[in-house]
Amino acid sequence: MVEFILERGNYWAIIGLMMIGLYTLFSSTNLIKRLVGLSVFQTSIILFYISLSRIDGGTAPILFGADAKGHGGDHAEDVAAAAAHGADAAHGVAADAGHGVADTAHGAASHGLEHIYSNPLPHVLMLTAIVVGVATLAVGLAIVVRIREAYGTIESDEIREMDLEVALAEYAHDHPGEADPA
Amino acid sequence: MIDLILQLAPAWAEAHAPALIIVLPLLAGPISAFLPGSGRIAWIMTMVVTALCTLLSIILLAQVRSVEGGAVISYAMGGWAPPYGIEFRIDALNVLVLMLVSFIAFLTSIFGWPTIRAEINEEKRAMFFGAFQVCFMGLLGVAATGDAFNLFVFLELSSIATYVLVALGSGRDRRALPAAINYLLMGTIGASFYVVGVGFLYAATGTLNMADLAIQLQDTSGNRAVQVGFAFILVGLGLKAAMFPLHQWLPNAYTYSPSFVTAFLAATATKVAIYALVRFLFSVFSLEFIFEGASLALILTPMGIAAMLACSFQAIFQTDVRRTLAYSSVAQVGYMLLGISLGTAAGVSAGMFHLVNHALMKGALFMAVAGVVLTYQGTRIHDFAGLGRSAPWTMTAFAIAALSLIGVPLTAGFQSKFALVSALLASGWWWAALIVVFSSVLAVVYMGRILQAVFFKPPNNPQKRQKEAPMLLLGPLWVLALANLWIGINGNFVVGLANDAAQALFIGGVR
Amino acid sequence: MSGETLIIAALVLPVLTAVGIFFAGKLPDFREGITLLGAAALFVTACGLAGTVGGDMPAELVLGTSVPGLDFAFRMEPLGAMFALVASGLWIVNSFYSIGYMRGNRERNQTRFYICFAIALMGAMGVAMAANLFTLFVFYEVLTLSTFPLVAHKEDKKALKGASIYLMTLLATSIGLFLVAIIWTYTLAGSMDFVPGGLLNGVEAVTPIIASALLILFAFGIGKAALMPIHFWLPNAMVAPTPVSALLHAVAVVKAGVFTMAKVGLYVFGYDLLKDTPARDFVLGVACFTIVVASLVALTKDNLKARLAYSTVGQLAYVTAGVMLANSAGMMGGSLQIAAHAFGKITLFMCAGAIYVATGKTEISQLRGLGRRMPWVFGAFLIGSLSIIGIPPLAGGWPKVMLMLGSAESGDGYVAWVLIISSLLNIAYLLPIAILALMPPRGTLEPAPYKRPEGAPMFTVAAPVFTAFGTVVLFFLMGELYDFLLPAIGGQP
Repeated sequence: MVEFILERGNYWAIIGLMMIGLYTLFSSTNLIKRLVGLSVFQTSIILFYISLSRIDGGTAPILFGADAKGHGGDHAEDVAAAAAHGADAAHGVAADAGHGVADTAHGAASHGLEHIYSNPLPHVLMLTAIVVGVATLAVGLAIVVRIREAYGTIESDEIREMDLEVALAEYAHDHPGEADPA
Repeated sequence: MIDLILQLAPAWAEAHAPALIIVLPLLAGPISAFLPGSGRIAWIMTMVVTALCTLLSIILLAQVRSVEGGAVISYAMGGWAPPYGIEFRIDALNVLVLMLVSFIAFLTSIFGWPTIRAEINEEKRAMFFGAFQVCFMGLLGVAATGDAFNLFVFLELSSIATYVLVALGSGRDRRALPAAINYLLMGTIGASFYVVGVGFLYAATGTLNMADLAIQLQDTSGNRAVQVGFAFILVGLGLKAAMFPLHQWLPNAYTYSPSFVTAFLAATATKVAIYALVRFLFSVFSLEFIFEGASLALILTPMGIAAMLACSFQAIFQTDVRRTLAYSSVAQVGYMLLGISLGTAAGVSAGMFHLVNHALMKGALFMAVAGVVLTYQGTRIHDFAGLGRSAPWTMTAFAIAALSLIGVPLTAGFQSKFALVSALLASGWWWAALIVVFSSVLAVVYMGRILQAVFFKPPNNPQKRQKEAPMLLLGPLWVLALANLWIGINGNFVVGLANDAAQALFIGGVR
Repeated sequence: MSGETLIIAALVLPVLTAVGIFFAGKLPDFREGITLLGAAALFVTACGLAGTVGGDMPAELVLGTSVPGLDFAFRMEPLGAMFALVASGLWIVNSFYSIGYMRGNRERNQTRFYICFAIALMGAMGVAMAANLFTLFVFYEVLTLSTFPLVAHKEDKKALKGASIYLMTLLATSIGLFLVAIIWTYTLAGSMDFVPGGLLNGVEAVTPIIASALLILFAFGIGKAALMPIHFWLPNAMVAPTPVSALLHAVAVVKAGVFTMAKVGLYVFGYDLLKDTPARDFVLGVACFTIVVASLVALTKDNLKARLAYSTVGQLAYVTAGVMLANSAGMMGGSLQIAAHAFGKITLFMCAGAIYVATGKTEISQLRGLGRRMPWVFGAFLIGSLSIIGIPPLAGGWPKVMLMLGSAESGDGYVAWVLIISSLLNIAYLLPIAILALMPPRGTLEPAPYKRPEGAPMFTVAAPVFTAFGTVVLFFLMGELYDFLLPAIGGQP
């Protein structure tokens, strides 16, 4: 039982971060805190993908040693094929719901590579995702600055109160002479 | 006429149309943002770019139609072959969406200039158009791409630009800002859920290319990772599509953003997300998975029906015209989802047909409202009283689009409701057909209130200037209103496109 | 002229008239002239169309396909020809009347009034000529929408409220029930065409339960036929000026409703299927209930137009009852009632309008003794009442006879009793009006002087007299009408 938890430590971390992020986002009233929650949530997703790229016994996906020698251009195909094969191994991985054992040595050898490498593709995807997250955060913070200028506060419940007052005033303006329902 | 355009198009345009349709606005966006002047040059650039994209989408349509049964155009970006490289895959389904988005963008960019002059500060206008082009590009990219992660990238590109565009409505009403931040938070959650789902799919299959995923997913009906991935994707895209109950961001966003943005978003943003949903449901995941494995009908149908009923009711109680239309949009998304959840070619065709018609209807309605905002600075039903006499051209177009929304015969809305109810009855879902009809009656109530105020009440403030919206605004408005009538009378062209789209999805799997 | 040309003419002429009225808006006499010219031309076209029925070349036209499966198709058949003739003919009369009424009452927005009238007539012609349910539905809705501005004409709060109820009820029933029935029919039968003998007759998928559900959807979805409880839009629409009420009750709107009911019964269900449909008895019962209860309510109304409105509700249910009897005699009775009631009711309404223009009076209790001053008007009213009651030599008698024959044939004997009770009630609520006006009992006060010094405008008196005369003429023409309708409806020659 303890092994079950420990072997999947990374997934527990991911779930934990995701839930913390979402909870902060939903329950907090301070807009900056909500944006922080959003960032934590996005970080957990990044961790998720990176977990996927980990191959047991694999090292950083940079060709070295015996694999680095040889024809530069053709290598790209082999590397791509190896990466895809690494992903297929990861397929076997995920089917068992998260074990780190894989038949990678076989895969690497069949493509003519001596060493086992982790899958670089999820890392690349997450670079994109990090950029997206940063852009979103930047826009969000800019909007929060403008909210502060316009409303004088960044607490969402206070903002809602102010908007409600405006809405009630509009309604009273449209229907003059009606008794106050409150 | 389509063949004529194909003949006139230069060879490089034909060969690279899928890429050009993205690259043009992608380049033009940052350039527009830094153009000097009061924004007029940026506006012209926007019009030119959207016009070119419309032409490119027509070229793609011609290419797709050149083969009986619909060709699939596969364009490998950078020459890297799929499934390792990112590919753009155009078939009958997304060429329809591409055409719709570019055409609407073109019309709204023509109509937008007077409203932007009135609502956005001069120094921000060029950047506004830059953001608009990025948003436009993102939507086109979502429609064109054949790679699941690439879809996320384009989706977020368009969304971030949209958050900015919505927030720019603060020039008129500061409530645009909380609306924008709410939209940002919820929209990012949606996109993040989507990317988690894609992650699960990648973990299970090792590929991100949608066509390849479809092949790999065929034998995985019991796989928990795939089911979870499907669930995340459904929720994520559903949030972007304003599927009930994930629609809370929409009413505020549509009500307080600049008129130009509302008109464009109402007609395109949710539609593209629904397209993505359809693409995943029917192309990527197999039909057996959807209906036996994950019981699609149990999820989408009640959501669609709840959207139709709850939001139609909410629309009745609004005092602001734009809010009424916003709730109405959510209800109409419910119609589309109901059609899609049928799982038959007829249902998907009806859903896609309604997608196009609704874009035309809502586009026209919001454009008319923009005209009123421009000349009278009021958006409440109260402010609309008596405008039938002061602004007859605007209000007649509004009335045509409103009748289309209600579903009066000879309008596009009637055609799509007819198609939807026929599809429902053909599958035996008579209770759903009755609910569709009931919510149409609700539409009569909420649109009827507005129409009654416009045409039969005396103006509230006779001192207000009695004048008509400018020609730049009326032109595109009437194009959309007449499109409603044309499809209502002779809908063969669009129905043909929708049917082709549905057939493209169902080749190889029939229910 | 070929049949196709006539069909196109029937649709285009009212639209051209509307356009002409629009441009002639500033010249009232010219504008009214265009209306009359258009109405006359339409009537001639309708005669031409009626002439093509039963010949070698029935007028047929397929205008095009809206969407695969939905065509705009027209075909003339006897029922439709009769409706077209009644509608276009009475348009001429009503136009003369409108001229007198609108000018006499100094109503505003007359241009809009005449334009909407023309469009409404186009809708009526479209309904008359439709060859399938889709085309009929399209023009049915055109009729609803084009009459809305007419009902709301006065634009005060009461008028808007009445017009809203009118529009909401008709749209809700047509979209909510009628359209569903149409689409369901299409799903079951694969087409929406009107087929002699019944489109759904013989279709396997149509079980008795499905047929019952469809029948109920149709019966209550055709809101213009004013079957209880969908009838309340009609009294609410009384806020409209009298020419509009005349249009609603006699020329176009309710007639389109019961005509649609007849077409559905004859060409979508057919006698055989109707007989086997369990809900037929229910709908027949509802129709008879409507006949009696509407007449009872009419008795309680002192407002003249309200009483006439409820009278119409009851009289319309005759047609529905006739259709539900599911045999040729019943259907014939119902069809003849369409024509007979049109003439009778329009007379009554036009008289009510003339009274209002001259004296400003709307309540029946105020009309005692007025007949001495307005003998022509009340004379026409008397004749119209007798026609509704069903006394020969006036038109209303024949339909009642056919309906009784039909009820005997179908075994629903109680219908005959309902008809007799209804006639008695008609006498009770219609005759006193004219009698007390023409021959007031001793001791009645002298009626107040005219509101309008010259009395009722000439056109508003001449028109009802003309139609009252028409009820007599129609009585003698009933035989021809019977023969004309026979090929479609079947029965004894």
